[in-house]
Order: sequence, then C-alpha cells, then structure tokens
Amino acid sequence: MSEALVAIEDLTVRFGDRLVVDRVNLSLHRGDIITIIGPNGAGKTTLIKTILGIQVSTSGRIMRAQNLVIGYVPQHLSLESTLPLSVKRFMLLSGQPLAECESALARTGVSHLLKASVHHLSGGEQQRLLLARALVRKPDLLVLDEPAQGVDINGQAALYDLIRQLRDELNCGVIMISHDLHLVMAATDKVICLNQHVCCSGYPADISHDPAFIETFGRPVAESLAVYHHHHNHSHDLHGNVVGSGTSHSATGHEECSHEHH
Amino acid sequence: MSIIDTLLNDFFWRALIGGLGVALIAGPLGCFVVWRRMAYFGDTLAHSALLGIALSFLISVPLHLGVIITSVILAMALMLFSRNKTLATDTLLGILAHSALAIGLVALSFMPSVRIDLTGLLFGDLLAMNRNDLLWIYGGAILILSLLTVLWRGLLMSTIHEELARVEGVPVERLRLLLMLMFALVIAVAMKMVGVLLITALLIIPAATARRLANTPEQMAALAVVFGFIAVAGGLSLSWHLDTPAGPSVVVTAFATFLVVYGSAGQLSARPSA
Repeated sequence: MSEALVAIEDLTVRFGDRLVVDRVNLSLHRGDIITIIGPNGAGKTTLIKTILGIQVSTSGRIMRAQNLVIGYVPQHLSLESTLPLSVKRFMLLSGQPLAECESALARTGVSHLLKASVHHLSGGEQQRLLLARALVRKPDLLVLDEPAQGVDINGQAALYDLIRQLRDELNCGVIMISHDLHLVMAATDKVICLNQHVCCSGYPADISHDPAFIETFGRPVAESLAVYHHHHNHSHDLHGNVVGSGTSHSATGHEECSHEHH
Repeated sequence: MSIIDTLLNDFFWRALIGGLGVALIAGPLGCFVVWRRMAYFGDTLAHSALLGIALSFLISVPLHLGVIITSVILAMALMLFSRNKTLATDTLLGILAHSALAIGLVALSFMPSVRIDLTGLLFGDLLAMNRNDLLWIYGGAILILSLLTVLWRGLLMSTIHEELARVEGVPVERLRLLLMLMFALVIAVAMKMVGVLLITALLIIPAATARRLANTPEQMAALAVVFGFIAVAGGLSLSWHLDTPAGPSVVVTAFATFLVVYGSAGQLSARPSA
C-alpha cells in the first residue's frame, strides 16, 4: 500500500472545556474516499479543519505527505456584496493560467459562467465553482465540507458522481462531510461516523448494521440504509421501504454514544 | 523647479497636492475597509489619533509617528480583545473609539504648555498643510501603494474567503497585520487634512461610490481614487469660493458625488451590479 496522504493519531481538539474532537485516528491514501457523517455538533467540521491545518489541535499527531496540495471546497462562498467579482477573476486568483481555469470549470460543468458575477450564482453553481477552484490546483487531497448543500436531489447525485470521477482522474484522496446519508452510503468507500470520537467506521454496507451507528442515527435510518444497500446490491425490495425522504430525522434525539470503540 | 517652488509656497496648491496624495492611498485602502466591513474599526483607529498626538508631545516624537504608534497599539489591543467573545465587536469598538477620543482630549488638557488647534485636529485644517506634511503623505503613498501592489492577490484572496486562502498558503494573519499598519499610516497622514472625526468618510465614501460602477476589484480601487480626487478638488474649490472649512467641504463633495452616481446609475439603466 502506498504511503498515506494524511494520517492522524489520537487527534483531540478542545474549545475551552468542551471536548469537540476526541482521540480520532484515521489515514487516507490516494484513491480513497472517506465520508464523515455524524449529528450536528459532532465535530465534523472541526476535524477537517484540523486536517486542513487551519484549526490547531489540542493533542495528537497529524502527518501529511510531503508537498501535499490540498483542494478545499468550503461549505459556502459568502461573498460581501460590495466586492465585485466575476467567476473568471475568482478562478484566476488561484494563480493558475486562464486555460487551466477554463478546463477546470468545464470539468465541473460551469464553463458557461466564466463571465458571470459570483454574486449571481445559484447554490449548485456555486458549489461547482468552488469545486473547480479546488480542482485547478491539481490537488493530491480534496477536502469537501458538505459539498451538496443547497443542491437539489438530482443535482446531489450528479455531484457525488462527479467527485468520484474526479478522484479517478486525479488519483487523489477525498475526504468529505455529508448529511446526505443515503447518497453517501451509495457513493463512498469508507464511512466514519463521528460523535466527538469515532463511533464506528467501515464500509457502508457493514456500518448500517453497527450497533453504534444505530444508536447514533436511530433504528429507522439504519434500517432504511440497510434496505438501500440490499436493494443496491441485488434488487432486494421485500421490505418495501421508500428511501430518499431526507435525513432530517437522523440528527436529533440521540444520546451520546457510550459504547466500546469499534 | 521654480514652478514647483511657487506651487509649494502657495497654501492652496499645497493643500491640493497633499489632498490628492491622500486620495491616492485612501481609494484602494478604503475598498478593503468596505469589503471587510471595517468601517467602525477605521473610526476607532482614527479616534485614537488624538491620544497619539498627546503621546507624541509627551515623548517628543513627530506627531505622525505618535499617531502611528497609538493606532498600532490600539489595533493590537482590539485583536486581543476580540478573541474573548464576551462583548460583540461593535460594542468593543464603540467603547474603545470613544474612550480613546476622550482620553486624548483629557491628556491634551493636562499639557497647558502645548498650544493645539483642537478644531483643526478634529475636523481638519487642510489649508495649513506644510511641506513636511507633504513629505509624509507622499512617502506614505509610495510605501502603501507598493505594498498593496505586491500583496494584492493575497489580500484579495483572504478578503474573499479567509479559510480557503489559508489552505492555499496565504499568510492571512501577517496580511491582516500589514493592512492594519497601512490603516494606521493613512490615518496619520490624512489626519491634518480632514481631521480625526472625518477620516473614515474619506476611506469609505469614494470606495462605496466606485462600487456602483466597477466590475472588478481593481476597477473599484482605481475608481475610488478618481472619486477621491474629485472630492478633494471639489471640496477645496468650495472652501476657496465660499470660505467654508476645507475638511468638511471635501467630505460634503464626496457625499454629493456618491448621491449623483447612485442616483444617475440607477436611472440610466437597471444594470445589475456585478
């Protein structure tokens, strides 16, 4: 196995008294897609910010491969309305030549917006612009914070599809946060369920049976995901549950996991 | 040489040359004030200038230097205080702005030997600008414009998205510090022209006016300089012909330009702001 792009050991982050990330271990290689899921306030964003190097850890170790180029796709681009900025200018601020910027925009399907103002983009267009902006730097590691936020359900599937294709083209590692459990389970290699500490981790098909996962997300969600996977693998539709009705019920009302580590 | 000498010997021309120099740096820096929502921050630094003047008498350094030192100290204090989130930033700025102004006034009153034209400090005394002031203004302008040129991409990137900039290796913290130093410098050199209470207007109004017509950040900075020039030239003419105070006249002209640009741009076409 090749050397890890990023490896973290016993990473802990505290904000004052509050433990936000608790002794997390993970390693990511080229070609891996790791998705971090977990309820609100589980420390997902803090964890990836620590990996990005923009959040200081309280203890633990982070190792990054030498000359690692990271492409970061933040949740939003909340641009001040007083700052006039076109898509082209924003792409050029990466320091890459125009031709590269144009092909990155074409790759994420928004090349027609080159002359448009960044202020006038829809949620989905903005995400694709941010993805192109990360792409143009030819990253070894792509880090995405809820890339499908503000994107409609069809667009979400297409976006996750695109991320997988980009992983193949760039041979990069991908680490992302997502709330779209059903899509994640279908698209990702490895899932880490975070609730301060790593509740459980593994392949999507296995993780939905994990007691810790069921405890965190509730039985209905876990079951619907298991169904989804059977369905996905060999057209198993006896349960008759409808999948894809959103995940709003997933993030509330659970107790802090108090189980053994997986 | 003799023409330049004649110009510099005339108080009106000195005021004009100095004013244009200030507009040259206030334009691009004002854009950052607007983009980063630092208007109140600029105000706070400006208010502390009076304290800086008191300080410079106390330790006998040039006025400009005293003002720069206090602005920098205040900017650092603000950065430290704002980490502690118990007070909202605008409350904190409000406290420091007015306290700095009040402490400055009190401190100056303890120095009876120092004769200071307080109105001039508060509202500007553009027509009393001397050759030494011009030297400070143009020295500051060269320094600030070269810094801005070199740092432009990083400053712009960290203004657009700070975290993205940091991931891409932009030294965000260092740039923030440099930007504050530039603010301190522009306040020190512009103080004499429009006074501590009106400096922020000179930063914000031309930049906001330029926003209406600009399609790129660079265009906005350049247009802000142009509108700054118009404000200075117009304000001085107003002051010359109607015998009005020069500093406020400059700000009034800037405001009038702002109204005209926003009014006419809105009527001429419903072009969306880019």
